[in-house]
Amino acid sequence: MPQVKMTVNGQDVSGEVEGRTLLVDFLRGDLRLTGTHVGCDTSQCGACVVHVNGQAVKSCTMFAVEADGADVGTIEGQANGDGSLNVIQQAFQDHHGLQCGFCTPGMVMSTAALLKDNPKPTEAEVRAYLEGNICRCTGYHNIVKAIMAASGQDVSAIAAE
Amino acid sequence: MPKDSGVIGASDKRREDVRFLTGRGQYTDDIQIAGQVYACFARSDVAHGEIVSIDTAAAKAMPGVLEVFTGDDFAEVGGNPAGWLINSRDGEPMKEPKRPVLAHGKVRHVGDAYAAVIAETPEQAKDAVEALNAEIKEQPAVVDMKAALEGGALVHDEIETNQCFDWGWIEDNRAATDEAIKNAHHVTTLELVNNRLVPNAMEPRASTGIYDPGTDEYKLYTTSQNPHLTRLLICAFVMGIPENKLTVIAPDVGGGFGSKIYHYGEEALVLAAAKKLGRPVRWTASRSEAFLTDAHGRDHVTKIELAVDKDGMFQAFRTETYANVGAYLSNFSTATPTFLHGTLMAGNYTVPNVYVNVKAVFTNTAPVDAYRGAGRPEATYSLERVIDKCARELGVDPIALRRKNFIKPDQYPYAGAAGLEYDTGNYDALMDKMEELADFGGFEDRRKASEAKGLLRGRGVNSYIEACGIAPSNLVGILGSRVGLYDAATVRVNATGTLSVMVGAHSHGQGHETVFPQVVADMLGIDAQSIDIVHGDTSKIPFGMGSYGSRSLAVCGSAVVRATEKIIAKARKIAAHMLEAAEGDVTFEDGNFTVAGTDKSVSFGEVAFKAYVPHNFPLEDIEPGLEETAFYDPANFTYPSGAYACEVEVDPETGQVTIDSFTAVDDFGNVMNPMVVSGQVHGGLGQGIGQAMLENTVYDDNGQLNAASYMDYTMPRADDLPFYTVDHSCVTPCTHNPLGVKGCGEAGAIGSPPTIVNAVIDALQSGGKDVTHIDMPLTPARVWAAMNG
Repeated sequence: MPQVKMTVNGQDVSGEVEGRTLLVDFLRGDLRLTGTHVGCDTSQCGACVVHVNGQAVKSCTMFAVEADGADVGTIEGQANGDGSLNVIQQAFQDHHGLQCGFCTPGMVMSTAALLKDNPKPTEAEVRAYLEGNICRCTGYHNIVKAIMAASGQDVSAIAAE
Repeated sequence: MPKDSGVIGASDKRREDVRFLTGRGQYTDDIQIAGQVYACFARSDVAHGEIVSIDTAAAKAMPGVLEVFTGDDFAEVGGNPAGWLINSRDGEPMKEPKRPVLAHGKVRHVGDAYAAVIAETPEQAKDAVEALNAEIKEQPAVVDMKAALEGGALVHDEIETNQCFDWGWIEDNRAATDEAIKNAHHVTTLELVNNRLVPNAMEPRASTGIYDPGTDEYKLYTTSQNPHLTRLLICAFVMGIPENKLTVIAPDVGGGFGSKIYHYGEEALVLAAAKKLGRPVRWTASRSEAFLTDAHGRDHVTKIELAVDKDGMFQAFRTETYANVGAYLSNFSTATPTFLHGTLMAGNYTVPNVYVNVKAVFTNTAPVDAYRGAGRPEATYSLERVIDKCARELGVDPIALRRKNFIKPDQYPYAGAAGLEYDTGNYDALMDKMEELADFGGFEDRRKASEAKGLLRGRGVNSYIEACGIAPSNLVGILGSRVGLYDAATVRVNATGTLSVMVGAHSHGQGHETVFPQVVADMLGIDAQSIDIVHGDTSKIPFGMGSYGSRSLAVCGSAVVRATEKIIAKARKIAAHMLEAAEGDVTFEDGNFTVAGTDKSVSFGEVAFKAYVPHNFPLEDIEPGLEETAFYDPANFTYPSGAYACEVEVDPETGQVTIDSFTAVDDFGNVMNPMVVSGQVHGGLGQGIGQAMLENTVYDDNGQLNAASYMDYTMPRADDLPFYTVDHSCVTPCTHNPLGVKGCGEAGAIGSPPTIVNAVIDALQSGGKDVTHIDMPLTPARVWAAMNG
């Protein structure tokens, strides 16, 4: 079986995989990084979004062997160095941007990619960017609000309750 | 000054969020067990067929394959039962064909599992399923309910009909209702479809079975909203495992919305396989399997008539509904179209006559059961659509018509014509608040602005009531429930003063780990952070019926209150001893026991320590330790209500509907954590708007599910939905539970669909289009077709 080596959350890792092994299965099964979730089998839901060489990628659409040599980031590596929640994670907690938590890792990873490219997105830009991330719990209200807050925008005018 | 955290009414941030936000949640599929092997199911690709033979030899010879199971292996075990016995109008009990662990003899819907392969890796199991050689002789399928009742193929040969039951509610009211309609000044009739939905919790179902031959004990990790109920069903009905030999653990669960209430055959399979192989056996559904096999929701075809007198007073609602139960009865599927639907058909109104007829029909489709709201969205949709149509026919304001017929605040308790006694409410106050927040005054200006853009603006309203806090056992027992619907809690005070609270409710997004400690902390006057909730593990919690029907706080929260009251009572006795005072002289406030009128005081923590270090302790009067359990059975349902408004713009060229604003004003009784309550409403609105605008579960005539993936079934995305305005400041506390709470989980999904359809009809009518109804979902194609004849 092919050998793959990559950097995941700053750590060098390696493993043997089948050619058909998806990146998400390598992360969840071999590396036991189970924060990245699988919510569908058609690359629609976005629960499996990770960063590969700085780009947001659905890890269910990429073979592990394609990530050979890559720099991969997952939800487990997102917190601040002291273990506290990063700005995006904290905004999601502050604004109740999650309920069951299953889509949340993908939401956080997609948000990081969005804000890297567009530091002050409008509401419409946030909603459009989330096209590839499905949440069934929140009706998106507090996710959109959290993302705008994470970008430093004043969200106090958006009704909280 | 009110505290801003750790007490009732505070918007405490959710403590569970930290693990979810850092990837440390532990969902069933995340839990790895040494020696685990994998199950993969062979599922029917035809909707109806005879299983002629299943040749397993080639599959068994595949690499890594350990075992293959078929329906023959489970022929001797029990079926998965229906939780409610419904009797037909003629007194005959409902038809209840067996639902086996694996299909035996026949497959009855696409996705029906007829075999399972266990292998060392998931890929090997999947490969071996492909190598199974099953001869399944396809038979004609029946998908349409009316065809199923008119001589279509039989889903279950042994019951000789596709009709599960023909139920009347309330049969004694039938003649009076018919008479009222015959003699009415005006009757409005509406035929509508409540579209079938797929719940689509984002975490697919998963189960891991473990067997320990040394102790003859089983353990099941599973995606359940109610682990004790799952244990009961597996032990008492399906597999016959002694209940004390099975532990069911529902760890972090990624949403449920009803679909994870039920016991499914996969759970029994992994347990049986674990025992036979001596290895932990795990299975995780793909999304495709979830579409085909999770219990679906809604799927009613209804005719409703509303009779009014010359003053516009409602005289009768008469409803005839066909309810699809799919190929097999799921655990709640017979309760959903009956007692969770028929009993709500008086709405918020003083209507004197209500009659509901429901025919439940077997078809070659996935089982249908409770989905967020469960029967109450169907009731509300029928009522609030026909009322709106009636207002239009009479040429009166739809809000004025509703207000005229509302039950008034001085009429409670109010025994409604559909059989329930509402304890409290104030529907006019909700309407007032909704009109204010939705800026009714500015509507005409907004309509003109839309017209200037070539768009049609409409406004829809809705007034709903639901029955939740499910449920009073005495009442549901009379109505046919085979279980009680109480809940339980144990409050364990540790020696150092921290608390573990074991609850029968299960949190799969609702925030129990944060909100329940607020309640206990408020009662005990201690720091909420010193209290942890334990849930989801039958070996750790006393008992529980789980979370659904907006019941967690109203029922289990009440058990928590009762258990905490017992803690306070015992602690007061211990404190009296420590203070050398009579128990009656000891007061308890802000976490301290004090001898009234003195400065002699001990803290709750000191009392807890004393309970566990009982030196100089009155052992003849008080046992050591500080732990109490309470079971709570509600006296009645709770009755949340609300008034919703929606404004839409419709593009007459394309039929595209855009939601401009949505306002939800709800009376949930007292609110424990406003942030969490708002979040629950947002989520319900998202699902209700999804039903009204986007989602539809389409089977073709052969029973193939055309909408079986996220590429075919339109899940609401962020750019389909607006920011919502929600309010829960109009409070009439529930009169019969200790917290005065009513429940908030389902309201949004109940109140929103008719609001949206009413708004779209209003928009089209404002543009001169003679459209009185469009069935959901209101896709551009449907709206355009309605406008253009």
